[in-house]
Amino acid sequence: MTSTSTTGALLAFEEALAKFDPAMGLEVHVELSTASKMFCGCSTEFGHEPNTQVCPTCLGLPGSMPAVNARAVESAVRIGLALNCRIAEWCRFARKNYFYPDMPKNFQTSQYDEPICFDGWTDVEVDAGDGPETFRVEIERAHMEEDTGKSLHVGTSGRIHGADYSLVDYNRAGIPLIEIVTRPITGAREKAPLVARAYVAHLRELILALGVSDARMEQGSMRCDVNLSLAPAGSGGLGTRTETKNVNSLRSVERAARYEISRQAAVLEAGGTVLQETRHWQEDTGATRSGREKSDAEDYRYFPEPDLVPVAPDPAWVEKLRAGLPEPPRERRARLQQEWGFSDLEMRDTVGAGALALVEQTIAAGAAPQAARKWWLSELARRSNEQGIDLTELPITPGHVARIQALVDEGAINDKLARQVFDGVLAGEGDPDAVVAARGLAVVCDEGALSGAVDRAIEANPDVAQKIRDGKVAAAGALIGAVMKEMRGQADAGRVRELILERLS
Amino acid sequence: MSTDWTRKTAAELADALAAGETSSVELTRAHLDRIAQVDGPVHAFLHVDADGALAQAQASDERRAAGGPASSLDGVPIAVKDVLATKGVPTTCGSRILEGWVPPYDATVVARLREAGLPILGKTNMDEFAMGSSTEHSAYGTTHNPWDLDRIPGGSGGGSAAAVAAFEAPLAVGTDTGGSIRQPGAVTGTVGVKPTYGGVSRYGLVALANSLDQAGPVTRTVLDAALLHEVIGGHDPLDSTSIDQPIGNLVEAVKQGSSGDLSGVRVGVITEMSGEGWQPGVLARFQDSLDLLTKAGAEVVEVSCPTFVHALATYYLILPAEASSNLARFDAMRYGLRVLPEGVADPSAEEVMRATRDAGFGPEVKRRIILGTYALSSGYYDAYYGQAQKVRTLISRDFANAFEQVEVLVSPTAPTTAFPIGEKVDDPLAMYLNDLATIPANLAGVPGISVPNGLADEDELPSGFQVLAPALADDRVYRVGAALEALLAGEWGGPLLDRAPALEGAAR
Repeated sequence: MTSTSTTGALLAFEEALAKFDPAMGLEVHVELSTASKMFCGCSTEFGHEPNTQVCPTCLGLPGSMPAVNARAVESAVRIGLALNCRIAEWCRFARKNYFYPDMPKNFQTSQYDEPICFDGWTDVEVDAGDGPETFRVEIERAHMEEDTGKSLHVGTSGRIHGADYSLVDYNRAGIPLIEIVTRPITGAREKAPLVARAYVAHLRELILALGVSDARMEQGSMRCDVNLSLAPAGSGGLGTRTETKNVNSLRSVERAARYEISRQAAVLEAGGTVLQETRHWQEDTGATRSGREKSDAEDYRYFPEPDLVPVAPDPAWVEKLRAGLPEPPRERRARLQQEWGFSDLEMRDTVGAGALALVEQTIAAGAAPQAARKWWLSELARRSNEQGIDLTELPITPGHVARIQALVDEGAINDKLARQVFDGVLAGEGDPDAVVAARGLAVVCDEGALSGAVDRAIEANPDVAQKIRDGKVAAAGALIGAVMKEMRGQADAGRVRELILERLS
Repeated sequence: MSTDWTRKTAAELADALAAGETSSVELTRAHLDRIAQVDGPVHAFLHVDADGALAQAQASDERRAAGGPASSLDGVPIAVKDVLATKGVPTTCGSRILEGWVPPYDATVVARLREAGLPILGKTNMDEFAMGSSTEHSAYGTTHNPWDLDRIPGGSGGGSAAAVAAFEAPLAVGTDTGGSIRQPGAVTGTVGVKPTYGGVSRYGLVALANSLDQAGPVTRTVLDAALLHEVIGGHDPLDSTSIDQPIGNLVEAVKQGSSGDLSGVRVGVITEMSGEGWQPGVLARFQDSLDLLTKAGAEVVEVSCPTFVHALATYYLILPAEASSNLARFDAMRYGLRVLPEGVADPSAEEVMRATRDAGFGPEVKRRIILGTYALSSGYYDAYYGQAQKVRTLISRDFANAFEQVEVLVSPTAPTTAFPIGEKVDDPLAMYLNDLATIPANLAGVPGISVPNGLADEDELPSGFQVLAPALADDRVYRVGAALEALLAGEWGGPLLDRAPALEGAAR
């Protein structure tokens, strides 16, 4: 019999909290969306054929040398400023030495004791149903480093153990990463998992507002490691921590924190000790699995990278970046909600769907706030869900959506036709006007054609006509449907209704 | 009677090409023939690229015929130390672990040679990953000193120095981490220059110790070194540590120095670089040279640099630390040697890495990886690597103080002449002492030159005279070096290398 560590005992969450205080540290890696890599000119674009976006430097070929991407430094400083960090006047890169096949040089160029950003904080809001509460999360540091390549283990196991062979794609090697590390978050008690989730969500929003990363957790451009430890309730101490990796969604952040609280509590309750180790979050089982043991014995032999000169951001430049920071997400949300007259629920849904900027741009392009919200959160959200992509990835612009709404407002098309226009635009048939013209979707305004169709509908449905004459106006729907069918949907339903009622009153 | 082009300096060859007296193909062929004749016993080359060199020579001649030579050295052939990446030409760094690796790119230095039109004859031998002072640590056999084939040619760049000393190439590129250009220059009677750190791009130079490495000229005359330095030097955006400033007019400095007039130039003799362990004949030649400089008008004074006595210890912490990290990439995953562990049916990546590194690295490389790994380990970092960096700062400060008193510092380049092959190969500490005089310049990033200054009385073997100057004042080492060269030539009536024995098998 073998047993795996994922099937260990759990203590009920409430019971765990009664006995222990959780402390969390969150490490978030953000892949910057700079055009080129951290230390070379290779493209960072996602989804290309393996090993096509590589050069001697990011492959770590003998003799190659790094050169710092100034854009990445700028992004790092802006992230730091948005997190109320201090910006180093002078800092260096360092080598983190360890062997791994997907790491071309067998050291990662990172930062060690001289991070570019340090000593910051950010406020996050959680609502456990008892009203919103603000938690201040202290930021220890945010530093620059390079990503590794990506190993693909081919075989039935899908993991390194039991793989038939492994392939490595170095397209990702050298992509700029910013690692943002919090100080231990204590005192959140039962809200700790919610705080973890809210922090990551807040960070993501902030990163998106800065425009420095697409921050897609499912694609790995934003990755979270959850460090968690328990100490006896009220002791004020810190216990042995585990580091849970592979937490790739906001929901998983919350679940992983919750799981580790229950798991560690069970270990401690049984008189055991928590092992300091790396664990992996498993989405399917909703549990963490023990990974390689990570003890303090792991020695990365950090030393300053001798191939790079120190980074010394000019204070005047930093102040310029500070002045150019976008409005903080919370303030921005409050302002937009006020301007648009959205309810709290409407606002939360809009933010939750990642549609805030899209709605804002659609309104800026001329659409009414409610119309903009309606299209993005219903019609387009449905389509993006079906395809499993983000709203921003749909091949349609806020300008297109505003134009479609304008066509509806002008009466040129109706809502039903509008959906066909969306189909056309998303299928790449051109802008809304082009789709309307090509598909012949304009509402028929020819009163003669419409009158004829109305007459024929009344003639074909004498019973319904009689009901309407008798005052049952609601029955008009059946006649409208018949007319719309004859007109193949290209009629203004309101006008049809008027014509029917005129004739039968 | 045809001219023996291999006996000419690079400057003379450039003039002959400009005057239409010869072609690059003729010159290149002459050197390839010389290599075929003498490189058997000398073994300066690890790889001779005859086809590539002749094709580049052909292109050079066509360029010149069309009226536009690419540089003053267009068409003059050159040899390149095997530590610089050459596109399409094998690059081994003298190590088994890189056997068969053909770089897909050129080092910036190599790219500049190609742009300037210098045909590349081949790649020269070296101690494995430039770790050594004799080339005995090459995985591909030792290079022999053309002055005495039973002796070492210096190292790590013994191949480049021997190629130039044996007239197999008029020019070569070397690299100098602790003396690997200057010490081979001293023991082979050739000129070697370590430029200011950051003066020549390191992009494509397979790093030994990144904060110490510097590529530079290996030649037979100071003027040739200046000509080559001006071709390979200057800022390179691919090397962040390269200096974004003009390298100065070095050829002009040579011309100034060749007049033999050093009136008003203050020359500092480093007090700490004499005494026990220094060969009397080397010290005697050094004193002769000082006398010549004094006669030429220089003011020679003693200057103490007390921290230099710690330079060797400092160097042997910083170098292994950086090297241990640099050499981690040789793991059999992407290029070079791959060795499967014996008796393992289905080896893991880690097992292949271990077996390959065990088989691919030689003993000196392993020694330094172990030293460096230890020096960087948590708990030891402050005591070793951290402390070494502090001493390094003190050494730089000693240089700064000295250069407030004098314009250049001088010393013998190496404490002894060439020693017999095999004498020190099993005694690493004795081997390390060869670089005693050259290491401080690398730690401080300042430029240095070694100029041949005679034969030691005991063994009739060449010694070298080292000139050091402040960072970015490379022109000073050229001026003083050229002056000494001119003064010595006046005494000798010709170049020192004319006194080297003819090599067996060579048609003279």
